Amino acid sequence: MAVTAEQAAVDLREPSGWRRAKNQFATAAMWFAFLCMLVPLGFVLVTVIAKGASVISWQFLTNSTVPPNILPANVDGEGAAVVGTLEITGFAAVMAIPLGVLGAVYLNEYGGNRPLARVLSFFSDVMTGVPSIVMGLFIFTIWVLHFGYSGLAGSFALGCLMLPIVIRSSYEMLRLVPNSLREGSYALGATKARVTVTVVLPAAIGGIVSGALLAVARAAGETAPLLFTILTVEATNPNLFHGANTTLSWQIWENAQQPYAGAVARGWGAALTLIAIAFILMIVARLVTARFARYSR
Amino acid sequence: MGQPEQQEQQVAAKLEVTQTTAPPVGFSPTEADKVFDAKNVSIYYGSFRAVTDVSISIYQHEITAFIGPSGCGKTTVLRTLNRMNDLIATARVEGDVHYRGASLYHKSVSPTAVRRRIGMVFQKPNPFPKSIYENVAYGPRINGIRGKRQLDEIVERSLRQAALWDEVKDRLNKSGLGLSGGQAQRLCIARTLAVEPDVVLMDEPCSALDPIATGRIEDLMREIKQRYTIVIVTHNMQQATRVSDRTAFFSVLRDEKPGKSDTRTGVLVEYGATQQIFEDPHDSRTQAYVTGRMG
Repeated sequence: MAVTAEQAAVDLREPSGWRRAKNQFATAAMWFAFLCMLVPLGFVLVTVIAKGASVISWQFLTNSTVPPNILPANVDGEGAAVVGTLEITGFAAVMAIPLGVLGAVYLNEYGGNRPLARVLSFFSDVMTGVPSIVMGLFIFTIWVLHFGYSGLAGSFALGCLMLPIVIRSSYEMLRLVPNSLREGSYALGATKARVTVTVVLPAAIGGIVSGALLAVARAAGETAPLLFTILTVEATNPNLFHGANTTLSWQIWENAQQPYAGAVARGWGAALTLIAIAFILMIVARLVTARFARYSR
Repeated sequence: MGQPEQQEQQVAAKLEVTQTTAPPVGFSPTEADKVFDAKNVSIYYGSFRAVTDVSISIYQHEITAFIGPSGCGKTTVLRTLNRMNDLIATARVEGDVHYRGASLYHKSVSPTAVRRRIGMVFQKPNPFPKSIYENVAYGPRINGIRGKRQLDEIVERSLRQAALWDEVKDRLNKSGLGLSGGQAQRLCIARTLAVEPDVVLMDEPCSALDPIATGRIEDLMREIKQRYTIVIVTHNMQQATRVSDRTAFFSVLRDEKPGKSDTRTGVLVEYGATQQIFEDPHDSRTQAYVTGRMG
């Protein structure tokens, strides 16, 4: 194509001056914020792995006897704490997640503007802000004083802590379900319960699962509510309902205060184990969410 | 309690609703052909009266179109016909709506039972985030049909009726959200037909679609009207003339009473055979609207 007269190209670049400067500044600020966020995150991970990885072994994870603090790190293990964390957090989740999801369903689908719904919503928000140690004290006074220390008491405390988080996150997810989906279902003659179970919950399930597992991960790392509820033990207590128990978070807290090298190493090991458990939980959450969300686009 | 009602009646008297209900050309339906019979229906949202004093009879195996400017209450009236307005907490219906001899708003009537007979297709296609198959099988399932073979049959028949089968038969297990706008709307129609309703209400079903998809849905409506009764709300007057047997023209009235902020209310101005409404409207407002001088 022979062009007789060269056409001067239009300048389509970002206009120079104030606007370009603003753009560059904002981009730089975002990168800076991103790097700032990476520093603590990376620092925590690297430190825990560097100091904890050397203690981790099959024996450390499964040996049921927690050794006295004075012994070196390669003797016995934290199996009791792994079992305790799994059963106490697990049972807390079994109690709090169904209750929390049902509460959110009530608030969003049934409650409307009723006084009960508004009161529930308000108090679940207030509960989110209650310090975790207060939850521990609460369970101590209403349960432990009467029935003694047990993993169950710990589950109650952690459950109280998880409940408002599950309610809030599930509620936000249910709110995002478009009304047109509900109407589509109603128009086919579905009852309200049917609409909720077959359309609303499946549409929100991905977010609900994510929120619930975040609450579980948060609860698994709590120490304060357990101080008054599970005491601690030196050997695995598989019975959730009877007798004192121990958890990884408790072991971190206790070992970190010791002057002995072995105890400190065990503390780092317990920390790494806890992070690994949270990590596995998150991967499971992603897989579950992806499974449920396969029709959402 | 007596006083505000009285006031409302005074307002209604001032609004001067004129209605002409000419019989459709070449067809005189009997009482038995009446599907809906609404008398003096007013619909409120809280204290706001959205629609005033609508009386209309809708006949079976016909397509009835509701036309009129925005805010005239066409959709509101449509949604009272299968009690979808129940879902809005503040909505309230006064007057009588009869569906095949039964009073729709009687205390003993279950809205769920009503909606199983009177299906609805919405303005925006709203397929569920499920597979195409599950979208269509959803209605039969909630009505208690469980057998795989029976469901397969219903899904195929409904998708064929909705002229969608050939396009989706190889991807029934893919998400319903992956369809184009026109396909998604036909999927929603198939979903509605799957429960074999008596009446299909359509709330501007083509407003989000291009002319080709619109044409397909209009063909579809003409085909299925042998078996179903269709009521369609449309902004598109050409569409009303193309598909409908009868047309109801709604308009907005403003009450000039001082001190009230929003006194707009929808009224039924004229209802009759589509040809009569468009070629020989009896009311000057209808004439202004269908000739394009207003709205």
